[in-house]
Amino acid sequence: MRVLSKDFFNLRSLGPIIALLVVLVILPSIIPRFYIYILAVIFMTALLAMSLNMVVGHGGLFQFHHGAFYGVGAYTAALMLTKTSLPMWLGFVAGPFMAAFVGLLIGMFCVRLTKLYFGMLQISLGSLVWAIAFRWYSFTGGDDGIHGIPLPSLISSTKGAYYFGLILLILCVTVIYLIFKSPFGATLQAIRDNPERCEAIGINVRRHQLIAIVIATFFAGVAGVLFVVVEGSVFPDLLFWVFSLELFIMCLLGGWFTFAGPILGAAIMISLRTFVGIYTEYWTLILGIILILLIFFLPEGVWGYLLEKFGFQRKKLLEKEPDP
Amino acid sequence: MESGYTITFAALGSQFLVGLSRAMILFIVSSGMSLVLGVLRVPNVAHGSLYMIGAFAAFSISSLFGGGSTGFWLALVFAPLVVALISFVAERSLFRHLYEREHLMLLLFTFALMLILGDLVKMFWGADYRSIMAPEMFQGAVPIFGSPFPKYNLFLLGVGPLVAVLLWLFITKTKIGKISRAAAVDMEMVGAIGINVSWVFAFAFVLGCLLAGLGGALVSPTVSITLGMDHDIIMEAFLIVAIGGLGNMWGALVGSLIFGLTQSFGVLFWPQFAIVFPYAAVVIVLTWRPKGILKSVW
Repeated sequence: MRVLSKDFFNLRSLGPIIALLVVLVILPSIIPRFYIYILAVIFMTALLAMSLNMVVGHGGLFQFHHGAFYGVGAYTAALMLTKTSLPMWLGFVAGPFMAAFVGLLIGMFCVRLTKLYFGMLQISLGSLVWAIAFRWYSFTGGDDGIHGIPLPSLISSTKGAYYFGLILLILCVTVIYLIFKSPFGATLQAIRDNPERCEAIGINVRRHQLIAIVIATFFAGVAGVLFVVVEGSVFPDLLFWVFSLELFIMCLLGGWFTFAGPILGAAIMISLRTFVGIYTEYWTLILGIILILLIFFLPEGVWGYLLEKFGFQRKKLLEKEPDP
Repeated sequence: MESGYTITFAALGSQFLVGLSRAMILFIVSSGMSLVLGVLRVPNVAHGSLYMIGAFAAFSISSLFGGGSTGFWLALVFAPLVVALISFVAERSLFRHLYEREHLMLLLFTFALMLILGDLVKMFWGADYRSIMAPEMFQGAVPIFGSPFPKYNLFLLGVGPLVAVLLWLFITKTKIGKISRAAAVDMEMVGAIGINVSWVFAFAFVLGCLLAGLGGALVSPTVSITLGMDHDIIMEAFLIVAIGGLGNMWGALVGSLIFGLTQSFGVLFWPQFAIVFPYAAVVIVLTWRPKGILKSVW
């Protein structure tokens, strides 16, 4: 068992969490608009990283192209808002469902394979989705994307988007936590730790993995809708595989065997990108160096390191897995 | 077809040759990836970047010598060596310390390498489009099936099988090649009989990267050399080794042929979405044989 924060919402952590939420609710009235926007981006990315970690950290699957589903969610919402006259909320609801549907389609192929095969096939199939969004000018706007998406006035301001993002993040993280603690979540983690044994005691490993992928891609779609709300536009970079691997780094940076690690990872990464990006155009170079430093010095991530350091659980996190 | 032209035998024939010459480039690049995958069991995400560096290095070397025939041949020899040197340095300085760790860490390291190399290329060569002329003997076209076919592509059709045969001789007949194959099957056993596995890995990694560089140098006269050419090739190489059987060199050849041909015929039928055809082929192959057409080495 490598998951540290079995009791993320225990009595001890309840105080700090409530305090953090109060601060986040009050913050927009104090800080300038730019920072509100950055925080909204962090909420969105944190949700996305949390959804990715459902399959990567809890499920042990090499979900290498999570961004594809995020992009599908965002594009679905954007297309429905701009090209149809259906009610707006329908677009917001359709995004996640479409993402989950694409997740099901791609997942069906991927779960037939394991580990690296899984990851490579997913990168490839996800890239097909990217290629379609990138080239289908008449429908998706090609590499220009879609801009000026009409939004309900309640959430079209930066502050509105901020609160919308905060509420969605809290809701989704709560649901992800409930899934994580449910029998299904426990089974998923058992499959991650020992798929052969799970298979032997009669668990349908593939089906559980597929369900996990569908749930995770649903939340990725929610994050995609949130992107539309925050940015008011979509473009094919959302579905690009490099971004997906960046998400992977966020989970690693935060600590993927912890529950809340990806939120921290996303926050650190977005802040770095924003403030380092001001000084240099070579952001990916810096990202690469950060990743190498992480691999060598902090493989269990920041949150995992802190948890270990301050004695919540002394077990070594990243043991070399025994060969099957 | 909407455009009103009919698909003639000549068009099919010339597209077949175009696809075949494309497949040769794909084979050279993906056989390198397959080699690394077979021995180290890691998909080298930086493979595409090394291919890009191969192309840029070929540009620099060839323009250093005036851009003529001499420049081209020198570029063809030295650009892959530059790439091999880069990969050797990266492997010995950092990568080798990760061999005892989880495979995911190796993969993420190659991703970090991709990010770093991508930006270094941007620093050195900038974001402009570059191009190289093929040497004079390969300029122009010859009529085949009644339509002109570039001579340079004929050259590629010769180079591809040559590389395949050399690679085959190398990994089946030489000692180091045999050790690499043994390491791909059972690394611990190879270590147990007193062979330095770390150097075997280094050898396989550098040879694989050299092939990426060679692919980049070979493709450089036919495309515009630019940032971002790494992304397309890495996807294609991933798919090719996946449908061919991971780590299997002949699988890489079969995969490249499937990929190159579906792509070039796709252009004929549906130009805007030609990219869909190879992917569709991949889906079909992997539904039929989830582990690839030929046997995976591990």
